[in-house]
Amino acid sequence: MNRSSLTILTLLIGALGTSCSHKSASAPLSKPTVFGVAIVESSGGKQIAQTGMALPQPLVVQVNDEQGAAVAGAQVEFSAATGVTFDPAYGLTDSSGQISTNVTLGGMAGRYRLLASTTNKAQKKVALPIEEIALGYQQTLGRQLNDQYCDRCHNPESTVTRVSNFDNLEVKPHPFTEGDTLNKVSDADLTAIISHGGPALNKSALMPAWDNTLSRSDIQALISYIRAISDPPNSNAGTVFAKN
Amino acid sequence: MKEKLKSLWNKLFGDSVRGFGVVSLVFLFSLAIAPAKNHFSEWRHYQHGYLKMIRNRSDAVTLQRHFDGGIQQIWLPDLGVVDRCTSCHVAMKETSLTDVSTQPFRKHPVIPHRLDQFGCTVCHRGQGAATTVEEAHNSTLAWEQPILPAKYIESSCGECHRGSLAGTPQLNEGRQLLSRNGCVHCHAVKLPGGGTMKATDDPPALSHIADKTSREWIYAWLKDPQAYASTATMPNFKLTDDDARDISAFLIANSTPLSGDTAAILAKASADPAAGASLYGESFCASCHAVQNAAGNLVGGDVGPELTRVGNKVKPEWLQAWLRNPRTYDAGTAMPHYRFSDAQVSTLSGFLLAKADSDLLTNVHLEPATPEQITHGKRLVSDYGCASCHEIAGMKKPENFAPELTRIGSKPVTQLVFLPGMQHTLPDYIATKIKQPRAFGQGLKMPQYTFSTAQIDSLATALLAFNDRSATLPPSLTVAAKPESDYQPAGKAGKLMTDLACFSCHRINGHGGDMAPDLTWEGSSVQRPWLLAFLKNPNTLRPSLIRRMPKFNLSDADANEITDYLMTVYQNPAVDRDSMPLNGYPQGQVELGKQLFYGKYACQGCHIVDSKIDKGYIGPTLTQVGSRLTAAWIFAWMKNPQALRPGTQEPNRAMSDEDARALTAFLISQKGGKTEVAKK
Repeated sequence: MNRSSLTILTLLIGALGTSCSHKSASAPLSKPTVFGVAIVESSGGKQIAQTGMALPQPLVVQVNDEQGAAVAGAQVEFSAATGVTFDPAYGLTDSSGQISTNVTLGGMAGRYRLLASTTNKAQKKVALPIEEIALGYQQTLGRQLNDQYCDRCHNPESTVTRVSNFDNLEVKPHPFTEGDTLNKVSDADLTAIISHGGPALNKSALMPAWDNTLSRSDIQALISYIRAISDPPNSNAGTVFAKN
Repeated sequence: MKEKLKSLWNKLFGDSVRGFGVVSLVFLFSLAIAPAKNHFSEWRHYQHGYLKMIRNRSDAVTLQRHFDGGIQQIWLPDLGVVDRCTSCHVAMKETSLTDVSTQPFRKHPVIPHRLDQFGCTVCHRGQGAATTVEEAHNSTLAWEQPILPAKYIESSCGECHRGSLAGTPQLNEGRQLLSRNGCVHCHAVKLPGGGTMKATDDPPALSHIADKTSREWIYAWLKDPQAYASTATMPNFKLTDDDARDISAFLIANSTPLSGDTAAILAKASADPAAGASLYGESFCASCHAVQNAAGNLVGGDVGPELTRVGNKVKPEWLQAWLRNPRTYDAGTAMPHYRFSDAQVSTLSGFLLAKADSDLLTNVHLEPATPEQITHGKRLVSDYGCASCHEIAGMKKPENFAPELTRIGSKPVTQLVFLPGMQHTLPDYIATKIKQPRAFGQGLKMPQYTFSTAQIDSLATALLAFNDRSATLPPSLTVAAKPESDYQPAGKAGKLMTDLACFSCHRINGHGGDMAPDLTWEGSSVQRPWLLAFLKNPNTLRPSLIRRMPKFNLSDADANEITDYLMTVYQNPAVDRDSMPLNGYPQGQVELGKQLFYGKYACQGCHIVDSKIDKGYIGPTLTQVGSRLTAAWIFAWMKNPQALRPGTQEPNRAMSDEDARALTAFLISQKGGKTEVAKK
């Protein structure tokens, strides 16, 4: 037992050493001379990517002063659970008070809580949490099926190549991000409504039955995708990976 | 010192009993080393940790019962798998552990395969037989196969699955990029199932290039293809000014004129300044060609080249001949032969020639070429392997111009050259090599591509799947790709269909594009008069589609020829189009069909029958469906749409024959036009 505790101790020291060296590697090159009081998200939050892959858009945050005006040249540092990488991991805000970084998510499916932080005049850390979603195999399959069969009605947004059918429907379908409603529906009920159509739960017949088109595992994959992207998050959506 | 040693020797081995005792102790101790090592092994440590973790959980008893101590092993001789990963990763199958995120205790996410049938290293790589963390996950002196990073994990699916899969978008994209960006023109990839990977791009032949464009444009293009068109798939060879000058000199000197590929302007263009734009729109050029709009966004398809600056490129007399009949210059082009009138050709070419960037060629001033320059240019063309992609008169397509990639995914790390600062792993090597190919040494020929980071990851994923295992798997363990057929329609109609490039958009019998509907069963599906009228004047069948069937200005004879061929040859053996009448269904059945349409099946969600009240915008408009489709097809479609067109969005509703017949009766009564008016 003594030996194992010794091993743990050495490991701990080792870990401390590496974390320290990591810190020193990512320490600012020059001390910031400008400070803000708040950090806000400009764009790039709540994005979806497959596990281990880069987010489609960069994450952009802005540092503001007491009046809410953008602060240029303030130091911003990004951090997250192990496995998440930022390019760059720190830097100074540009002339519009913003800094942009490319994020690659970790290798496990779930939600990743990223932290963008800046220090204020009193050398206190001001941090902004931002959530991103990583999809595993099942959710990725669900996303493909969603794109093929569901998205045209359930997503109110139109794109250049795809016109949404949402506005044409007398009874509006629920967008899959609508966590307030969908989180209250159990997996069994979701399975029933996808398999047997709206009338299975006394809902609109505009939602057709899919059980002869999609397999059981397809429907499970769809539900896992719906749970993964729900906002506010679903309690079954899986782990939240954050820096501990 | 000597004294001390001597007394120590005496103390330990002074007499035989004492000596025996000491040797026994040493022996005993050395015997204890192995069990002690075992006792303090990492896997035992993790198993203890797991038991401690589950102790206080509500499901402790179940988890305890599932737990199996000691070294675990999955042995699959067929796949060459000896995996002991589950010795530490003990909770792979515990579905109740969704809340646990600490490794190695996480449950495995849902995948379509079972752990005990596939093991771990088939997908994740690493050393299956190792029992320490370091040896299992990282490359060591004895083993060099590290764990595959998560972002490339789909490559492992591709070892056995040779076709595209719904759950592996990255692998699918990577494989497509290899074909579509012409990687396989230079790098041969022998497919495990036989044959080689085929390129799907169509780099233009350069044998008659002087008819088409100027030497100045070739020079500018060679220097930076993306400056002309941001979507250009031609890579940048980073040529010096002199090299670009000499290659352009050679290509022009080597070009021979082709009769008929240039034409003098015969007719006056339309006086209306908007005529060109509207002809471009009416002809649905944007289905295939993209143009950058004022906001900098590309609008249009990617089947043909981008036309944003086409006026800088083509000679007017060539463009006119091309618009009149593209097959004169390039018999295999994806561009249809529109039967434009001379006036239309003038109007459209005028419109296209105006798409030019005044800055593009202003700084290009080339002196007339000297024979030395031309000779040098020829050597460069052969050195850079231009003929691997482009047909060039007098030049053979080089064999094995670049390294074969058939087993790139198993290339030993010891054979790779790494750049300073990069990780010494195969995936990193592949990705970096694609990203900056020339950085790996002097005199390398691989050109610079403009792939995004995501595209590079996709390419690396696809390439990693070409490895020793995928090359040597017995066919019984693989899932073959759907073979691409090389179906060609026969006879006069077949020639017409090639002329109109039907296969650029439509798929028939497994051959052709996916932009427009599959026509394999068109003869069973539609009524002859509708098809004939549609070919002569295609109206918009699916209102939400931006890419639509263009009007080819077909003659009556040609339209009839194609219609007859489609109606005769493309019939589904299971759908006899004459088995159900097109008229005369009892009113009661039509009414029942209407109720089913709006009630039980709520078809109006996606389709429009009555354009006054229906809004559905996904499926085709059905206002005239009774004049378009055959009743037998509608009935068969109601029963099982996927059986007729696999992958179609319309759900299979498993209708009874009675419901399907009533809906058929209702839909076939929707004749459109006069009938609709008469009804009101």
